[in-house]
Amino acid sequence: MPEKPFIVRVKRQQRPDENVRWEEFEILYRPHLNIITCLRDIAERPFTRAGRESTPVSYEANCLEEVCGACAMLINGEPRQACSALVDDLEKPIRLEPLTKFPLVRDLVVDRSVMFENLKRTKCWIPIDGTYDLGEGPRMAPARQEVGYPLSRCITCGNCLEICPKVNEHSNFVGAAIVSQVRLFNMHPTGAMHAADRLEALMGPGGIEDCDNAQNCVKVCPKGIPLTESLAAVNGQVLVHAAKTWFRGRD
Amino acid sequence: MSQPRIIIVGGGLAGLMATIRVAELGVPVDLFSIVPVKRSHSVCAQGGINAAKNLKGEGDSTWKHFDDTIYGGDFLANQPLVKGMCEAAPAIIDLLDRMGVMFNRTPEGLLDFRRFGGTLFHRTAFAGATTGQQLLYALDEQVRRFESEDKVRKFEGWTFLSAVIDDGGISRGICAMNLKTMEVRTFPADAAIYCTGGIGAVFGRSTNSVVCTGSAQSALFQQGAYYANGEFIQVHPTAIPGEDKCRLMSESARGEGGRVWVPKQPGDKRRGKDIPEAERFYFLEEWYPKYGNLVPRDVATRAIHKVVFEMKLGLAGDPAVYLDVSHIPSDVLDRKLEGILEIYEKFVGVDPRKEPMKVFPAMHYTMGGLWVDNENQATNVPGIYAAGECEYQYHGANRLGANSLVSCIYGGGLAGPAAARYSRNLDKSVDSTPASVFERERVRQQDITDQLLHQQGSENPITIWRELGDVMTENVTVIRYNAALTKTLAKIDELEARFKKINLQDRTQWANQTLNFARELGNMLVLARAITMGALERNETRGAHYKPEFPDRDDKKWLKTTKASYLAGRIKLEYEPVDTSLLPLRERKYTATK
Repeated sequence: MPEKPFIVRVKRQQRPDENVRWEEFEILYRPHLNIITCLRDIAERPFTRAGRESTPVSYEANCLEEVCGACAMLINGEPRQACSALVDDLEKPIRLEPLTKFPLVRDLVVDRSVMFENLKRTKCWIPIDGTYDLGEGPRMAPARQEVGYPLSRCITCGNCLEICPKVNEHSNFVGAAIVSQVRLFNMHPTGAMHAADRLEALMGPGGIEDCDNAQNCVKVCPKGIPLTESLAAVNGQVLVHAAKTWFRGRD
Repeated sequence: MSQPRIIIVGGGLAGLMATIRVAELGVPVDLFSIVPVKRSHSVCAQGGINAAKNLKGEGDSTWKHFDDTIYGGDFLANQPLVKGMCEAAPAIIDLLDRMGVMFNRTPEGLLDFRRFGGTLFHRTAFAGATTGQQLLYALDEQVRRFESEDKVRKFEGWTFLSAVIDDGGISRGICAMNLKTMEVRTFPADAAIYCTGGIGAVFGRSTNSVVCTGSAQSALFQQGAYYANGEFIQVHPTAIPGEDKCRLMSESARGEGGRVWVPKQPGDKRRGKDIPEAERFYFLEEWYPKYGNLVPRDVATRAIHKVVFEMKLGLAGDPAVYLDVSHIPSDVLDRKLEGILEIYEKFVGVDPRKEPMKVFPAMHYTMGGLWVDNENQATNVPGIYAAGECEYQYHGANRLGANSLVSCIYGGGLAGPAAARYSRNLDKSVDSTPASVFERERVRQQDITDQLLHQQGSENPITIWRELGDVMTENVTVIRYNAALTKTLAKIDELEARFKKINLQDRTQWANQTLNFARELGNMLVLARAITMGALERNETRGAHYKPEFPDRDDKKWLKTTKASYLAGRIKLEYEPVDTSLLPLRERKYTATK
């Protein structure tokens, strides 16, 4: 039995300084559609449901298999990846909006560069001496790898910032994703040698203290990263580090 | 002498490795990427990276890795650089390990290795089933560190339009477009390294990411760079077909013991898990007892086509076969394959730990690409280098699984220092290039953009793209007939004519994605033609290039590299000999040990 067409409502904004408008598009139902296919259908025939000529919707997307992080948006009000949002599972009409915690570019495109800047500020890397051959890396127990690997699957999508009540106009909280990366680098045998630098970057405004433990982040992480564990672990590291620094004084 | 300047276009594995090597030499880098580099297509690589570290007591060696690679590529690759890559691979793994990649470990804390296609050794290091993502992140982090030290400037959200080439035919920089403001601008550089990845979009739906259009390679081709072996296209045997893309189910599933089968009974309507063992046809294991499910991709793909289209044994009559890991213990699956099983579960809604997966071949990789020399990744245009999937050097007529990551990192690692050396030895640096050279290119590119924005046509770019993808997938992938290839060229003529009449339906000058896509589409059409012409001309079967009318490899006539060139709108094919100085030619067959 052929299914009926369904409706997708898209929040449109041509430029950051222009008015918001909602547009409704009718999409021909096929099994296994995802939101990306809907947006492509619109681009191929950019007419609203009322028959008015519109423009293709701007959106970000790349890998389409939920591993690049590009296509995060609000789908029926929830932050998630458009590629893995299947039409069959969504309540209709489907509502698409851009993430709200990042500067808007156009339509569903936002600028998430603040996340990459914060990875820089928190020195989320292993400071190797150079790319020349220095032999093997440090050995690692499989049990430790099994803790680290899930953390290293963070796709920087921004869902955890979007849902976090502490990410708002009054706070610069870096968000769970960044804190979890700090945990990852601090647990690596080489990264641990420079843990203090990362912890210091998380002290003060916008740092770990800004987290008020709402625990929403972990629920919207598409990769199932144990973000609340990371927040707790790094919070502990920061407290210990602060205490040590205080006792050590100016040595 | 002033400090040289180097531009790198593309921030996947090859581009990031090149960036790191150049920055390490103290030469500043401007790194251009359409997407934030951390979102590059390298994230999609799943199964692992090859290096003959011989940690399993099997007697593996870099020479055997080299032999497997050349043999797997049906002797079409020039041999010396492939040997160099295989010799460098163990140190590349060590470097990645030092960078903090969360590779899977053995109980002793050493790197674990798994098996992959086209070899009998455990040679593939892996981080779950998201190895590409893990490697990309490690390099991304190193580049971010250089960025924080002001040694690298990133231009994310810019797309490459063309090279700036002076009157002496020397590359002097690039022309790029900002994807937010749509500004067209030129950037000077003494050398540029292109690491612009795959061309999946030419085939419509592939396993590639959205940005893998081949647009940059095509633009360079149209400006005088040779495009080599374009006809060699890898179709991966196991992907989930989808309307937006085909999602890869990594070869590592078979490396960990996954089996490919169909019910013996044609059109069997039972669920896969309900079909008893005795009624299953494990065709790869039966036809290739030595390599079994781990034959190279071209071999597995043709076998699936045979089972589905000739023997009519596709699942319930559909073009699909089972890839089955349900006999492997769940904890092993979760530790080693979680990344891909999660993809299957999310996109298909079935748990592959309990039921076999339904898969079918999909376009995956181009062995062909920009022609580069046998030494340092230099193209034929002075000042232009290429590394990664966008060049042709390492995989011959068929790439072995888990060799792409190593070729990206090796090639990027060669190209960086080579471009720096070239820049330092230039007689005249880019500072002496007249401004008019840059302005000329900028105006040329702005005119193309303005034309597209203003023309009032009737054609939609996505419709043209879908038609291109359909005809290329049907005629220029697994099985190639000359009559169908000729028809494909006629279809490309038609699409090019229609392309001249496209209507963007978005004439704004802000984040106009349709404009960018239309520009890419124009370049895709040119590349599609070069690929199809190469396929039509090559009357033999070699690696991934299979012509039933010419079923054998023909070394006498075709042991040569295809070099396509472009002049005034016409594509010309010429050929050059393959360097086979290290390994003797042998018949390639996987029915027995080679």
